[in-house]
Amino acid sequence: MIADVRGYLREARMPHILCPGCGHGIVLGALLRAVHALQVPQDRLAVVAGIGCSSRLAGYVDACTLHTTHGRALAFATGLKLARPELTVVVLTGDGDGLSIGGNHLIHAARRNVDLTCVLFNNAVYGMTGGQVAPTTQPGWLASTAPYGHREPAFDGCALVQGAGGTFVARGMAYDPLGLEEIFREALRHPGFSYVEVLTDCPVYFGRYNRLGEGPELLWSQKARFTEVGQMLVQKRFVSPDGTAPPGRVDGLQFGILHRAQRPEFTRVCWGRAARGGGE
Amino acid sequence: MAKLRLVRGNTACAYGAVSAGCRFYAGYPITPSSEVAEEMARLLPRVGGVFVQMEDEMASLAACIGASLGGLRAMTATSGPGFTLMQEHLGYAALAEIPCVVVDVMRLGPSTGFPTAPAQGDVCQARWGSHGDYPALVLSPAGVQEVFDLTARAFELADRYRTPVVVLYDEVVGHMMEPAALPPVGELEQAGTWRRPSPPVRARYLPYAYTDGTPPPLVSFGEGVRYHVTGLIHDETGFPTVDPAKVGEMLGKLNRKIPEVPAEGLEPELYATEDAEVVVAYGITARAAKAAVKQARASGLRAGLLRPRVLWPSPERVLRELASRVQAFVVAEMNCGQWGREVERLVCRTAEVVPVNQVDGTPLAPEAILQAVAEAGGRTGCGVAAGRTA
Repeated sequence: MIADVRGYLREARMPHILCPGCGHGIVLGALLRAVHALQVPQDRLAVVAGIGCSSRLAGYVDACTLHTTHGRALAFATGLKLARPELTVVVLTGDGDGLSIGGNHLIHAARRNVDLTCVLFNNAVYGMTGGQVAPTTQPGWLASTAPYGHREPAFDGCALVQGAGGTFVARGMAYDPLGLEEIFREALRHPGFSYVEVLTDCPVYFGRYNRLGEGPELLWSQKARFTEVGQMLVQKRFVSPDGTAPPGRVDGLQFGILHRAQRPEFTRVCWGRAARGGGE
Repeated sequence: MAKLRLVRGNTACAYGAVSAGCRFYAGYPITPSSEVAEEMARLLPRVGGVFVQMEDEMASLAACIGASLGGLRAMTATSGPGFTLMQEHLGYAALAEIPCVVVDVMRLGPSTGFPTAPAQGDVCQARWGSHGDYPALVLSPAGVQEVFDLTARAFELADRYRTPVVVLYDEVVGHMMEPAALPPVGELEQAGTWRRPSPPVRARYLPYAYTDGTPPPLVSFGEGVRYHVTGLIHDETGFPTVDPAKVGEMLGKLNRKIPEVPAEGLEPELYATEDAEVVVAYGITARAAKAAVKQARASGLRAGLLRPRVLWPSPERVLRELASRVQAFVVAEMNCGQWGREVERLVCRTAEVVPVNQVDGTPLAPEAILQAVAEAGGRTGCGVAAGRTA
């Protein structure tokens, strides 16, 4: 039985701006079901977002929502979380927003281990600006700024965040919303910086340019391209609270909960010192 | 009880902020502003506040805006290159109407420039640095005590008008030491953690529904009221709108909300402006200008001084009134004439505007200003009393 999370949505703001076939709604649905399962009160939920299609989702969530500037959502969220540690703060960002213009803020939020849940929507393209290449676009793929095929390598956001000291790193896909929901639950529970990268799809600017079809075809291609992962998803092997299950690795990308660690959480460190009157 | 202490302008800035209830500082090191951060790093943990050194200036102001939405009075401090990086978020805070305080301790630019020689080259950037039309509220202290006073007042103004407030001073004011009345740390410690009170919300909270030209007080996130904040043009609900009527109305209200004198005691300082010529200067240059005016009067030249405490909005009423009776304005500043253009715009050819500019990394000396006063007096024939010349 899938929970009805319409109470978490501002239905008066509908219809939304997303294109038919876009995978972002699937991701938001999974996220809100996880929020619902953990019984996070809406007044205690803050959603902070940057700029791009995925970041526009913040406006549809009935919570304290902050739609910020391009790439900087994590910096805004750091200030908000430090001021209001009791809030559950979720950051919505895209692959261009979070890994290109906002890459610096991503590594430093991970390094500080601020208790934020960062959801990065990876559709391998800049959707809102019309289909330009992203740092996640693979070599050879077509985009409006790569009419002869992209000439740069892509990079792995999960490896980046882990390297920067992130204490919860996971990757899921819009193809598997139920598995994604479980990842989100674990991420929201994690007392530190959690990073969940989600493969989603852009039929209008990625699927069309690369002749991969519409939304359903793109989601199916996630499954087909990541067969091994699909098998893992079926077996739920990817949810491993102790982090021992081997993550799947296909096409250079790993799926599941890839890394967990415990380190002092930044908000507590700051307020602990403040409460002690500055003494070390 | 405040005690007189011999301190730097930057130290007074931190004390002014904390005494006004600032409990959040996020910043990035840059000379000549770094002492503000260092002092805040010492003070804030002792008064129940949070200090964080961010990864860059964009992140610094972003974190301040986030903390302010969470109910803490928040500040950052920087200098020219960092101030340039902050422009996007100054525009954001102006449009989203989130209170915050940005201190810019000016050094000679452009670019990395001449670190860290004094200048007043960020005056126009403080007004027009971000894209689009937005209101600016920029305070200009001329001494250490005034850095304390105006930094403290900046927080009151930021909350009242729900806007970013820039405290703009030059390297000399930031680094020079003067006696200033600062509250003892023990007194600040007793105040403890302070949050901006959120007004009670009975029905639906409309965060951008103005009353008498002013936005409603900000309700902090986490106080049981859910609403949306965005850098997109929005209507009174806070949600984006593309309706030209609403867009025009919103931007109109935004750009009209800050009055020329934003609060009592922030009128320009007028010294001996009853006749003849007026020297216009601010920041450390105003100190040199005052010395020049005194020397001028001692030698029989009828000169006075206008020193704005608020650079933006500019003191339009006072300048226009003065322009109706004086012959010349000598505008002295450590830049190529940034605020002088504003004076020219306001006096609108009813009086001569004489620029005295210096961009060599040294403060303007009284002699250069005095010379311009004497020359202007000689030209207009009215600046000189009883036929005496300097």
